[in-house]
Amino acid sequence: MIRGIANAIEGLGHCILSSIANLGKTGVFLGTSILYTFIPPLKISRVIKQISFIGFKSSLIVILTGTFTGMVITLQSYYGMEKFGAEALLGPAVALSLIRELGPVISALMVTGRAGSALAAEIGIMRISEQIDAMEVMALNPYRYLIVPNLVAGMISFPLLASIFNVVGIYGGYLVGVQLLGVSEGGYFGEMINFIDMKEIRFGLYKSLSFGLIVTWICCYKGFHATYGAEGVSKATTEAVVTSSVLILVWDYFLTSVLF
Amino acid sequence: MIEVIDLHKSLNGVQVLKGINFKVDKGDILALMGKSGHGKSVLLKHIVGIMKPDRGNILIDGEDISTSRGTALERLREKFGFLFQGGALFDSINVFENVAFPLREKTRMHKEKIREKVLRELEQVGLPGVENKYPAELSGGMKKRVALARCLCTDPEIMLFDEPTTGLDPVTARSINSLIKETHDRIRFTGVMITHDINQVLSIVQKVAVLDAGTIEFTGTPEEIRATTDPLVRQFFNDYNA
Repeated sequence: MIRGIANAIEGLGHCILSSIANLGKTGVFLGTSILYTFIPPLKISRVIKQISFIGFKSSLIVILTGTFTGMVITLQSYYGMEKFGAEALLGPAVALSLIRELGPVISALMVTGRAGSALAAEIGIMRISEQIDAMEVMALNPYRYLIVPNLVAGMISFPLLASIFNVVGIYGGYLVGVQLLGVSEGGYFGEMINFIDMKEIRFGLYKSLSFGLIVTWICCYKGFHATYGAEGVSKATTEAVVTSSVLILVWDYFLTSVLF
Repeated sequence: MIEVIDLHKSLNGVQVLKGINFKVDKGDILALMGKSGHGKSVLLKHIVGIMKPDRGNILIDGEDISTSRGTALERLREKFGFLFQGGALFDSINVFENVAFPLREKTRMHKEKIREKVLRELEQVGLPGVENKYPAELSGGMKKRVALARCLCTDPEIMLFDEPTTGLDPVTARSINSLIKETHDRIRFTGVMITHDINQVLSIVQKVAVLDAGTIEFTGTPEEIRATTDPLVRQFFNDYNA
């Protein structure tokens, strides 16, 4: 009985120690990556390639999700506002929700699913097939070639994708609100201009920027430390997507409470 | 020159290397034999500084690679060529790009010179005309040849081979071994080769070491290993000959 309790406590201790060690490793990984971002040369061609992969190739899915998100929040907001006769504020409500919250968060979650998982898998496969070791043996720094371009590309792409999400979301809202539900076009856009200033847009972009860093950091870290075999890569990919998604939502809460 | 002194390493609580000592003189090749899972690849990764020991030193031309960091480590690694067991070719770029990669990144060589050198190296490993193929389109033997070309294009002073012929048919294995011998005759690199192909490598190497359960059980010349009566070494030798 006592031995069982001692074993349980020992197991818990191991678990806590290993979690702290992992947290430390993740932090060191980010620190090293940021350090190499500022030590030239930056691999510009790799950055452009990754912007195309993370950003450009995610634009279709962001346009689709953005349009339908804008449409559904317009529909939901309209039915709520109609009860209080506040349909005129439909435009600002939709735009504020998108710019402050839904644009950065949903676009980040979509890109995590599409590009983040692929990043983790690609780097994971490079790890298990010793391609990263080969790079190190050639006296080439894998952070400079694999991690930094993704980090920079993520921080450029995420704000751009969130902006696209916002624009198409507002347009989706226009289609439902103005064309379908009959809210006046002038009211929809006019009130939006009155309620939204540059500060809202800027803070939304700050959020996207930080999400870009979080997603590429976690996905690259998980791939970089993938354990051997197909199972190791699969585990790394799953963990990358789950951890990134959870961190996006947790960080979003803290950032919202500080920024707005 | 490579000198390994009292090397210890544990992985996940298991002691893999328990005080390894050996020395490879400049221009010599050491064949490292031993059962699978007894730490041969771990030892090779320590020599090139990918893994750090728990205790002990690895001297490369008198400099300790196990304690080197940053530019000092990079400078030491520039001396190495490493032929990985699976080739470790970058699968998203073609053969030409793979072989040219270290030249583009580590030298200021002109584009045309790089092209010439890459094509020459590919020809030397017996693979002219494959430069536009991707690693996935190559057989195991071809991958190893391309990986060898990638190692050799930087004219390394030290070559490490991790089972260069494992998994290959006897004809391809022989051709890879002859290629290593020809290259050694040509550039006189210092080398360590993990191998199970004892019959063929005895004509290539100057020294043989047998690793068993984390320690070096035997070191000697090819003639000494043929003549030894040590039961453990004989067992290795006989098993490989069987």
